[in-house]
Amino acid sequence: MKVRAQIGMVLNLDKCIGCHTCSITCKNVWTSREGVEYAWFNNVETKPGIGFPKEWENQDKWNGGWVRNKKGKLELKIGTKRRVLANIFANPDLPEIDDYYEPFDFDYQHLHTAKDTKHQPIARPRSLISGQRMEKIEWGPNWEEILGTEFAKRKKDKNFDEVVQKDIYGQFEKTFMMYLPRLCEHCLNPACVAACPSGAIYKREEDGIVLIDQDKCRGWRMCVSGCPYKKIYYNWKTGKSEKCTFCYPRIEAGQPTTCSETCVGRIRYLGVLLYDADRIEEAANTPNEQDLYQAQLDIFLDPHDPEVQAAARKEGIADNWIQAAQRSPVYMMAMQWKVALPLHPEYRTLPMVWYVPPLSPIQSAVEAGHVGMNGEIPDLKSLRIPLRYLANMLTAGDEFPIVRALERMIAMRAYKRSQHVDGVEDLDVLKQVGLTQHQVEEMYRYMALANYEDRFVIPTSHRAYAENAYDLKGSCGFTFGNGCSDGNNDVNLFGAKKQSVRQVIPVTVKE
Amino acid sequence: MNYLNTFFFGIYPYIALAVMVIGTWIRYDREQFTWKTSSSQMLEKKQLRRGSIAFHIGILAIFVGHFVGLLTPSEVWHVLGISTSAKQIIAIVAGGIAGVICFYGLTILIVRRLKNPRIRANSSTMDIAILLLLYAQLILGLLSIFVSLDHLDGSTMVLLMSWAQNTLTFDATAAAAAMTDVHWIFKLHVTLGLTIFLVFPFTRLVHMLSVPMQYLRRQHQVVRQKAPR
Repeated sequence: MKVRAQIGMVLNLDKCIGCHTCSITCKNVWTSREGVEYAWFNNVETKPGIGFPKEWENQDKWNGGWVRNKKGKLELKIGTKRRVLANIFANPDLPEIDDYYEPFDFDYQHLHTAKDTKHQPIARPRSLISGQRMEKIEWGPNWEEILGTEFAKRKKDKNFDEVVQKDIYGQFEKTFMMYLPRLCEHCLNPACVAACPSGAIYKREEDGIVLIDQDKCRGWRMCVSGCPYKKIYYNWKTGKSEKCTFCYPRIEAGQPTTCSETCVGRIRYLGVLLYDADRIEEAANTPNEQDLYQAQLDIFLDPHDPEVQAAARKEGIADNWIQAAQRSPVYMMAMQWKVALPLHPEYRTLPMVWYVPPLSPIQSAVEAGHVGMNGEIPDLKSLRIPLRYLANMLTAGDEFPIVRALERMIAMRAYKRSQHVDGVEDLDVLKQVGLTQHQVEEMYRYMALANYEDRFVIPTSHRAYAENAYDLKGSCGFTFGNGCSDGNNDVNLFGAKKQSVRQVIPVTVKE
Repeated sequence: MNYLNTFFFGIYPYIALAVMVIGTWIRYDREQFTWKTSSSQMLEKKQLRRGSIAFHIGILAIFVGHFVGLLTPSEVWHVLGISTSAKQIIAIVAGGIAGVICFYGLTILIVRRLKNPRIRANSSTMDIAILLLLYAQLILGLLSIFVSLDHLDGSTMVLLMSWAQNTLTFDATAAAAAMTDVHWIFKLHVTLGLTIFLVFPFTRLVHMLSVPMQYLRRQHQVVRQKAPR
């Protein structure tokens, strides 16, 4: 047993209101630069939809993630190492910028400088890549917002596979939607790391955050194809790949990531998970895709177990990390209540950002007598969002864990409702879903009230012991290479475009 | 014109090689962030796929051909039983095929870089300059085939080999002397080739030094510790 610790995240989709605050704050902090205008380390998709970039979930098209080969060994879907190198001159699985969208801005200045004309002046869009006029904006990071496109396009959503009669969900009466905020999954078995020919991408041992070494990255761009979540973005200006950093400077200081901190719906949770690093490959190589969820649960370790604690200390995991693991909301939701599930476990990356599936309109219909009841709980088959759809997204198609999670959430509501409104403790409903009274009170505390200090249990890292603070004195924070000395001259001998200077493409507006 | 001959084939090679080695070293040491392929595949995929693969295969074959052909001593070829004129024919055929493949790819890449507005806007001066420099060098190389067809005995090739080998053994006088009477196309080709060596550290060509062969040997996963315990 080799114990390692990781900061994991849970997103409670049941409470996501799709406000995009997480995306915007993330963008302001990390990607408000040339070359990554198109990149959203965090984005919120409206489902069903093909998502961002287009059809990212369709691995028949993009070949992301892992597969088991004929010999029963794990292999990248883009191919063996030899094949990866053979494709190095032109990567056949690389999305083009138009699969994301062409970044654009508007000629706002024209509104100030326009002469007296017959018609009101307008700010027309232009490309941020070529600087040229864009006659029409064809796609954006969130084009499908609140079912923005026609169903014929949206039904290409991969999660519709094996959903019976998917066409009926195009009808107005049957339509459904949900939000899916997405960020890097900081996987236990990351495909991007495995695909990087330079070895520039790495997982940090102490907190599991996956980062790209910008100095070592050579721009072979295999990581973009390797990642099945398409959460590695190639910076077309610097020629290096970038990704979500899990706001590691904040995590190290014990603060939540920017997206979590600013989430107005309080849907995000951060906490420590202990896992057995020796069993990663075994879990990721589980033959049956539907067993991958359970296999991942099996390698998580119980932080209350003295044996695990001893093994963790032996690996140098600090006591405050073990204590944090015991209070971890992620552990409770994923392991104890089993309401949080991994996103697309069938990619075999063992993702570490998990999701609580959303309930959908049902209660009012129950009261109106339209919905069949299963004991105390409404029959989940009559949920607006098809179970199969959620299962394709979160459990490789196995509906049982979805039903269990949703029933437990409904049971929590029913129990608290009878407690507060009727003044009785409805223990039958708890019995039906296999929860104790204590557990459901905890669930209520964490999921309904969701106080800040319950949502974010992040131990500070021990940088002071790991690094020589004296050496760091007066050093730079984040720079574009070469330490502090970006130079005073605008000419770079080595031909790189100066990263600290924004290339403003001059506007030429024809009257 | 003898002083020009001495400069370009006796002295310039050392200037070019020194700038290349020292410049590359400094860039690797000080400017890791700029050390990259500068791929523009994300902005345009279709033309790149056609151009880049042909270009790279062609130029790698040409590179290896030059390296082996120029620097292997004549004695080795004779031991292997390959006469000078036979070697000349092999060089013309193999080099010609690789050259045409490379020409096809490079033409596509140049058209793409100059005509595609996205690529053009995102190109540095050096990105365009190095493509044109390689293009000129490739065309000179292909033209030299026609010159060589006039003397299939390989006498010029022996002179060029003598230049390259004497340069590497620091016999600059002999090296320059070997180049005195070769056709001007070869003189231009060699000078331009040395110029490509000279500008090497200031271009994206440096990515060829980072061919990730170690990828084949390493584990799939990379885990970094903050500090060794």
